[in-house]
Amino acid sequence: MNTQPNHANDPSLLELWYNGGLDLTDHLYIPVEDEPQPAEKYRPKHNDAVFARHLYRYARVFNVAGTVLCILFSLLMILTVANLPAYGDPDAPTVNEVAERYVEQGTAETGAVNTVAGMILDYRAFDTLGESFVLFTAVAAVTILMERKPKKKVRRAEVISYAEDDIVRVVSRFVIPIVLVFGVYILLNGHLSPGGGFSGGAIMAAAPILYAMVWGDEQASRVFTARRIRTVVVCALGFYCAAKSYSFFTGANHLPSIISTGTPGNIFSAGLIMPLNVAVGLVVCCTMYSFYMYFRRGSI
Amino acid sequence: MITAFRLILLAGLVICAIATALTKNLMRSVIIYTVYGLLMSVVWLLLESPDLAITEAAVGAGITGILFFLTLRRIHQIDKDPDHYAHLDGEGGDDEHTA
Repeated sequence: MNTQPNHANDPSLLELWYNGGLDLTDHLYIPVEDEPQPAEKYRPKHNDAVFARHLYRYARVFNVAGTVLCILFSLLMILTVANLPAYGDPDAPTVNEVAERYVEQGTAETGAVNTVAGMILDYRAFDTLGESFVLFTAVAAVTILMERKPKKKVRRAEVISYAEDDIVRVVSRFVIPIVLVFGVYILLNGHLSPGGGFSGGAIMAAAPILYAMVWGDEQASRVFTARRIRTVVVCALGFYCAAKSYSFFTGANHLPSIISTGTPGNIFSAGLIMPLNVAVGLVVCCTMYSFYMYFRRGSI
Repeated sequence: MITAFRLILLAGLVICAIATALTKNLMRSVIIYTVYGLLMSVVWLLLESPDLAITEAAVGAGITGILFFLTLRRIHQIDKDPDHYAHLDGEGGDDEHTA
């Protein structure tokens, strides 16, 4: 096929106008039948028996190497654990002035009866902010990877329609509020008892996930729209940033803070810890639910 | 008594960890991993960190399992049982293909 244009015989504009355009039949690429088709299936060049033997041999080497490495690393880890200080050893390097201060003055300084909450949301609130943003980034990454348009055609009937099942429907109606209330309890009580933002948020997320499982994804996405979820996450993270910026600013500059620690043990105490727990919990809850929906149907 | 309980828990952890890696069926593997999470949450409780125990029970045993199951469904490792869809013949296999 001649694809090289011959410039000597190019028509002038007048000729083009007169002939009604350029004749490009010679230049158009028309695939010929006997050209190799690119979609041909890959076949190994040598015969299949040799290929299978090589593959088998290689897989065996791989298995042996994997087992040896596994045993080696297990031994290393067991040795490491054996060399750790005994549980509760007062001479352990982790028992230093930092831990001492957390245990002795944690409640007085943060107002949180639950010292763990006092640590992660007051002394080390910056870490927790980072963790919340890790979740936010994870949601963003999952959105980028899994987002796709919801299917136009109606999905085929579920194998079991859970919403029509008497037991599942009734039990879910009964369980979902309890799960929500328990999650909210863990969130709000995080500074008084074990729990806090991450665990409470994960428990709360079980409720919308169960709802989506039983009553279908479409029904769930009508209630928990992407816009609402985004708003909640961004507001929670923004609130966390603003609140902790204020307390870091006042703390670093030795300024008086309007946030008091209150009476340790009261529900409204421990300054910022309870609101921060709620913010973290909302982020975690929305994250988990978004993960579920993106993995399930590709959109919220 | 509590020592025996601890030993049982730790043995269960080791067994679950090895079984997760060695099970051929991915769905069973995920179920065993969920059991591992549950056992781990009890171990956290015995190690006097109830915060971690709650988080492990919710995340390790709950959310992770759900996400793993969804992933398996995505890569068509569940729903392989032909009888499962016997009464839906003609409506075209797995819905994920029609996306």
